[in-house]
Amino acid sequence: MNRRTVLAAAIVSAATALSGQAFAAEPVKVGAIECLTGLNAKYGTMIKPGFDLALDEINAKGGVLKGRPIELIYEDSASQKEQAINAAKKLIGRDHVVAILGPTLSSEMFAAGPVANERGIPIIGTSNTAKGITDIGEFVFRTSLPESDVLPVTLKKAQAKFGIKKVALLYSNDDSFTKSGFDVFKETLDKLGIEIATIETFSTKDTDFSAQLTKIKSLNVDALVVSALAEAGGGLVLQARQLGIPKTVPIIGGNGFNSPKIAEIAGDAAEGVISGSPWFIAKEGAQNQNFVDSFRKKYNMDPDQFAAQAYDTMYILAAAFDRAGEADSKKLRDALIKTENNGLLGPFKFGADRSPATAEGVVVTTIKGGKFTLLQ
Amino acid sequence: MLAQQLFNALVLGSVYALFALGFTLTFGVLRVINLLYGFYVAAGAFAALVAVQSLGLGLWAAGAFGVVTAGLVAVVCDFLVLTPLRRAKAPELSSLIVTLGGVLLMNSLMQIAFGAEVRRFPARLLSQDAIAIGPLLVAPIQLVIIATVFVLVAALFWFMERTRLGTAIRAVAERPDTAALMGVNVGLVVSGVSFLSAALSAAAGILIGLDFNAVHPYMGEPMMLRGFAIIVIGGLGDIRGALVAGLALGFLEVMTAGYLSSNLKEAVAFTALILGLWLRPNGLFGRASGKRA
Repeated sequence: MNRRTVLAAAIVSAATALSGQAFAAEPVKVGAIECLTGLNAKYGTMIKPGFDLALDEINAKGGVLKGRPIELIYEDSASQKEQAINAAKKLIGRDHVVAILGPTLSSEMFAAGPVANERGIPIIGTSNTAKGITDIGEFVFRTSLPESDVLPVTLKKAQAKFGIKKVALLYSNDDSFTKSGFDVFKETLDKLGIEIATIETFSTKDTDFSAQLTKIKSLNVDALVVSALAEAGGGLVLQARQLGIPKTVPIIGGNGFNSPKIAEIAGDAAEGVISGSPWFIAKEGAQNQNFVDSFRKKYNMDPDQFAAQAYDTMYILAAAFDRAGEADSKKLRDALIKTENNGLLGPFKFGADRSPATAEGVVVTTIKGGKFTLLQ
Repeated sequence: MLAQQLFNALVLGSVYALFALGFTLTFGVLRVINLLYGFYVAAGAFAALVAVQSLGLGLWAAGAFGVVTAGLVAVVCDFLVLTPLRRAKAPELSSLIVTLGGVLLMNSLMQIAFGAEVRRFPARLLSQDAIAIGPLLVAPIQLVIIATVFVLVAALFWFMERTRLGTAIRAVAERPDTAALMGVNVGLVVSGVSFLSAALSAAAGILIGLDFNAVHPYMGEPMMLRGFAIIVIGGLGDIRGALVAGLALGFLEVMTAGYLSSNLKEAVAFTALILGLWLRPNGLFGRASGKRA
């Protein structure tokens, strides 16, 4: 035997050994499509560690389906719809995944969801909050609470606490996310019998809100209700206080306010800002404490709600695999519907529309000393 | 409420005017619609931010650093992008397209370097608590803005009318070839104007960043939309026109949002643009074309 034959023989035997080992506990393949780069990378890069942390815990305890580890294959959507579609096609066609997690943005789900749905692959959004996500088809799920569940809880709690009777409603009118938040706010305010003294708009890119706020100040309202992304929201809060709208008039925000950016941009002016969230870092309970500790230890940063939602979703998926009994997409879908979980976001199960069945887990928070705390 | 709204308008209009001055100067002298101009807003703000955070400079030093840095970046950009076109005597459309490419490239590079998220200047630079002056509530930064804008505008007028380089700039604006024959160093004047206009843009960027706590790579974009309207209404290349039109636009926007509907605020600049072109096609002060800057 010359050297080359020996080498070839070695490679063949090594390859056989490897494949034999892999066969013993063949991983269950799952895909994940997230914004890891691009404008919305801040969301995807929090979701990924959430998945990874849960995945490590699950696989360390023996995986799913009696000892098979879950293998998670990431694809970057780069915050683009087209890329999300390509990622879904690749994961299904080439990697033969059983299920897909993500995509990050609602707009990406509207693009990639139909691809997975047509091929009968369950696709589970962990961060999509827009209306109509699960109407795409019966293989489309989401574990994130839609705004229409979160915002009413926020308003009710604020009304009870501050006795709010008359508000000014503000929103940025050039963004579908903030517009849909505005619609929910308006509907809820009408339902609660709260008078809307004025409705003011601004653009997502606006930095100057002084004209609108000066007008609102003269109307003597009990609260400001704002549907804006964190960037514009932070500036708005700051200017409201500078223009002399007193701190006794609380500012209530939508999902966009649910971000540390608000306190970062507005500084002291952000004190007392109210928003609702499916999760927040100081939530009580050992399970949450463990999650926050492990997350900090592993990634050297604080988790946010997107990480928490991703973490819970991975556990829901693992439980559904065990319930399905085999790595089959159709059986997994049927199992997901029946799966219940008691995770970081509270008790969870899917409703008939494959969205979360209850808003029980929603917490209403207020900023104190620059940090989110529970509104008592 | 009216007094406060008028003050709001003065602050907003001052920033618009400052931004538009450099824009109109570039056009008046270089005969170029320089879309890169919007990039200098963010470039100046980020340079000042770096100066504060990494070099530990104070407010005024960091502001000066940002202004000078953006000016130097502009000299380099214009030399690379516009000088070859000027040599080849390319039509105005070429420079428009080239600077469009330039601004997309530069904004993306900024985003790679600093990320897309909104940043802010540290709160320690300037108190954010409003001061009561009569019926007005005024943030310290707003006083800084008004003072800075009026000092810079006065300095610009003095520079253009009373100094040798200012005279040279006006000569080049009139007729570059003749100016060159009379011994004016056209290359130097062009670089000087690039520097000066980018410095004004950067100053506007830093003041916006300080006032609204929002520094990000795309902060120049909404300003460019207004900038276009202002320099057309004021008369292309007309410094006095840009000053008046900028202040007027700020006034109209605030009054519209305050007393009509905030939904209409975005439409103000474009309505004014159409009316301006219709009623005073040569600009507010209506000088015939060719006698600019």
